[in-house]
Amino acid sequence: MTTIGYITLEYWEVAASALFFVLASGLALLFEVGLARSMAWVAVRMVTQLLLVGLVLKFIFQATSGLVTLAAASVMALMAMREIMRRQRRPLKGPWRWLPGSVSLLTIGGLALLFALLVVLRPEPWYSPRLLLPIFGMILGNSMNGITLGLNAITNAIVRERNAVEARLLLGFSRWRAIRPFAAEALRTALTPIMNAMAATGIISLPGMMTGQILAGVPPVEAVKYQLMIMFLIAGVVGLSSLLAMILTIDRLTDERHRLRPDRLHTS
Amino acid sequence: MLQVRDLARPPMLKPASFTLPEGTCGVIMGASGSGKSLLARAIVDLDPNEGTVRWRDHVREATPAPHWRRLIAYVPAETGWWAADVATHFPADAPARAHMEDWITTLGLKPDILARQVSHLSTGERQRLALVRALIMAPEMLILDEPTGALDAASRDRVETLMRELLNEGRTLLLITHDAAQARRLGQHFWRLEAGRLTPASPPEPEPANHAEPPA
Repeated sequence: MTTIGYITLEYWEVAASALFFVLASGLALLFEVGLARSMAWVAVRMVTQLLLVGLVLKFIFQATSGLVTLAAASVMALMAMREIMRRQRRPLKGPWRWLPGSVSLLTIGGLALLFALLVVLRPEPWYSPRLLLPIFGMILGNSMNGITLGLNAITNAIVRERNAVEARLLLGFSRWRAIRPFAAEALRTALTPIMNAMAATGIISLPGMMTGQILAGVPPVEAVKYQLMIMFLIAGVVGLSSLLAMILTIDRLTDERHRLRPDRLHTS
Repeated sequence: MLQVRDLARPPMLKPASFTLPEGTCGVIMGASGSGKSLLARAIVDLDPNEGTVRWRDHVREATPAPHWRRLIAYVPAETGWWAADVATHFPADAPARAHMEDWITTLGLKPDILARQVSHLSTGERQRLALVRALIMAPEMLILDEPTGALDAASRDRVETLMRELLNEGRTLLLITHDAAQARRLGQHFWRLEAGRLTPASPPEPEPANHAEPPA
């Protein structure tokens, strides 16, 4: 069954695509790799999760209501905020545990999303969930990674390179100047994945979103334009949000007397 | 003069008060773990602390911390280095950079040491370089924490020579050491720190002659 260049799949066709996976699982069982059970389990999980997401998205897209879209976006943002908090090896104590990551994720990610919708894409209505949710998802996922990497790198530096930072403070540098080389290194760490992705894209790998659009019948050059827009958006958000999260963290890890305050970190 | 009043960092450092006249060398003696480095860190405001410190007519609490640390330089026993090469740590625009070569020579370091990598330096070389690094910022007073701890006798004498030069120039030194002979050679005012409590002390007695003691 075909529409304009786009082949819809029947459920039996999807099931047929599992043939190779079933073969692999069978071999795993035969050679007692000890993976057969978990292979079956992840397959069941994947099918359930994706079918559920499909149903949820179907509902949200049909509703095309600002409120429903906002609720969905909020759930996504909350999950990303929680993930940033969970993935920090040396989080700040108290509410600062989630403040820097959440504030930068929401402000920078939110601004970039609004920019993409209101200035670049201009859909009707502007909050069209079919565009808003996938774009917000890509922004959140990448920004979350950048922030996590940046925060881990900067708190690591302040604990492990404490002597070097304090040597700079002792020479009369301000707290910002004292930490700058370590912050620059942390920002490099935060930006490395997205920079690598930008460099490799189109040569080593075709981006998943672009592949998806091409499969869906979008002309390749149109898919490329979308991909470029997304990559620029993501790279900008990763850079700005990890920088903001690091600035907020450094502000908390130093005080107005220009001294380091590692006592404001959880030690483990 | 340096005026320290009730400087404390509970619970490790009990309130300490002392006065050190300008241009003199004060010595703080005490066993490891008695809180000597904590006291030095408190004077330069590197840890949260209580009490007041004045240097000449500067009140620490009213002076921005970076400015305060340029007046009073603290050279820890083991300091950090933030770049791989030595030269980066000696910026060309440092206020007393012009005297750097003299200090490097006085301390017995090779003139090409700036071209080397920090990781290739010995502990003793790093310790002396840290002193030069502090000096090029032109501080009025220096707190030296075990400045000869990692040095052989010859290098130790060179550091002491530099310290005397600094005193002759009118600079004030606060020396933290557990080397009684060194304290006797350089010190004019003495304190002892025991379990976080600072008390005035008399100059350390010369060691009995049968102890191998380098000549003063």
